[in-house]
Amino acid sequence: MIPLSWYLILAAAMFCVGLYGVLARRNAIAILLGIELMLNAVNINVVAFWRYLNPENIAGQAFALIVFAVAAAEVAVGLALIIALYRRRNTIVAEEIDLLKW
Amino acid sequence: MTITPYDPSVFLAIVPEISILVVLSLVLLFDAVWQDEQRRNLGWLTFAGLLVTLGLSLTVARPSAEGALIFGGMLRHDNLAYVLRILFLFGAAVTALLGMDTPNLGRRGEFYLLMLASTFGMLLMASAADLIMLFLAIETTTIPLYILAGFFYRDDKSTESGFKYLLFGAMTSAISLYGFTLLFGFSGQTNLYGIASGLASGQVPVFSVLVAMLLILIGFGFKISVAPMQFWAPDVYEGAPTPVAGFLSTASKAAGFVVLMRFFVVVFPGIEQYWTLVIAVVAALTMTIGNFIALAQKNIKRLLAYSSIAHAGYALVGVVAVSELGINSVVFYLGAYLLTNLAAFGVAATFYRVVGSDEIAAYAGLSRRKPGLALVMLVAFLSLAGMPPFAGFIAKIVVFAAAVEAGFVWLVVIGVLNSIVGLYYYLRVLNVVYHYRSEDEEKPLEITPPYALALVLLVAGIIVVGTLFAPFFGLGNLAALALF
Repeated sequence: MIPLSWYLILAAAMFCVGLYGVLARRNAIAILLGIELMLNAVNINVVAFWRYLNPENIAGQAFALIVFAVAAAEVAVGLALIIALYRRRNTIVAEEIDLLKW
Repeated sequence: MTITPYDPSVFLAIVPEISILVVLSLVLLFDAVWQDEQRRNLGWLTFAGLLVTLGLSLTVARPSAEGALIFGGMLRHDNLAYVLRILFLFGAAVTALLGMDTPNLGRRGEFYLLMLASTFGMLLMASAADLIMLFLAIETTTIPLYILAGFFYRDDKSTESGFKYLLFGAMTSAISLYGFTLLFGFSGQTNLYGIASGLASGQVPVFSVLVAMLLILIGFGFKISVAPMQFWAPDVYEGAPTPVAGFLSTASKAAGFVVLMRFFVVVFPGIEQYWTLVIAVVAALTMTIGNFIALAQKNIKRLLAYSSIAHAGYALVGVVAVSELGINSVVFYLGAYLLTNLAAFGVAATFYRVVGSDEIAAYAGLSRRKPGLALVMLVAFLSLAGMPPFAGFIAKIVVFAAAVEAGFVWLVVIGVLNSIVGLYYYLRVLNVVYHYRSEDEEKPLEITPPYALALVLLVAGIIVVGTLFAPFFGLGNLAALALF
């Protein structure tokens, strides 16, 4: 059987890729994609921990399902806000959205 | 801490939540039935509904002194949640009043609906005792707030504000969620008390727990806008509709604090000496950054945003103490701050509606144009600055007292020095209001009844809490006892 640590390393790597995407990408959609990657890394973590450490406790599965649902809600709101922004400014490049500063 | 077995009477504990859902459905219904002009009454409906909910949570949903874990450990029905509920419901009721006559906001059912949904999340945040419930409650609170911040979708600043809030909020919540999963992995449990006993068995290296703690602190730090996660606050407050900004800076922040206190006190007693130090440094940084950048602000909402960052720092000073007095002082501080800051944002909302400007320079001559409004501003700003006999004064004293008692004298010295810096920029605004003249002094400045009611309630609250503080301090003590 694949050891637990492999899953955790995969999740950590995916989380870092997502975080890098959020911090380094300029396009708002790409930033949202980065956040999705981070949430998926979280899900891998939860499911792996659940399966290997405490499979009779259903809470781990429930946790993963709820993370899905919330991630979907967050993206729906995020895309709506990005569309509203795009209509006003004709851009979704994060650096050009700088009306508010200091 | 054992989980109370299911019994139909546990539903009494969530009567306030159910009541909010009822109000929410009523708003949805009347939003469809009423025509444009009548929709303003949705504000009165929300206000009345929230007051009824407040009454219910004071009577029916009173917890026992020792608290109980209910719904399979998802919620903890205790006095901390009880006291904070009062704050959230009051804050939301006042925000509904402040929103009513705000153009493009008060006649939109969505505003009340989203605000109620967010308040619903806050009530659950106050009592959540399970990682799953906690995550769900935080997101239920925050996702409606993203929309509310970007509510004016035809306004450049508001859309930008909602966009920034969403990106920072989603990122930090993902980071703290990663921390949650690590805790789940260390202990195999999702219940906070279960995790605490899992960590207490000592099989988990301290370093791993520290990493999880720091990740979680990033998410919570975003909610309460402390350094280095504070940079979103000014941008979001400036762009968001003013009543929403007031709600964000008070109720939403208080919700962040209650989660922070419960989580850290319950889950991390084993690494207390580390996290108190981290939070002490964060508090010192937050106060200093907030106050010094506030000195340079020309926009009233940005000024209040930086001031609210500084106030989060002061409240954290009480968290650092991790004692009964410490938690008591934080709860008291949150209450005093909620009243005060809502009053300040209420003045800004009233003023903006007529004058159409948030610049501090535009407030020149306000004391002659509308003496009553200037007086409210005086009370609110002096209370923010920590002057007696207002609520802000007692709140600062108890927070600093708790930290001195816990041995954090250096932090209190920084806090007191910061209060002096704060005094300067609050008085600078009052100077503009009272000493500067302007040509518009003869123009009328209408204050509609909802604004007047909200401001009178808040000013009365500030003075009552500042003078007869004992019963409110007692409530704080009740809340603190629930954690220890």
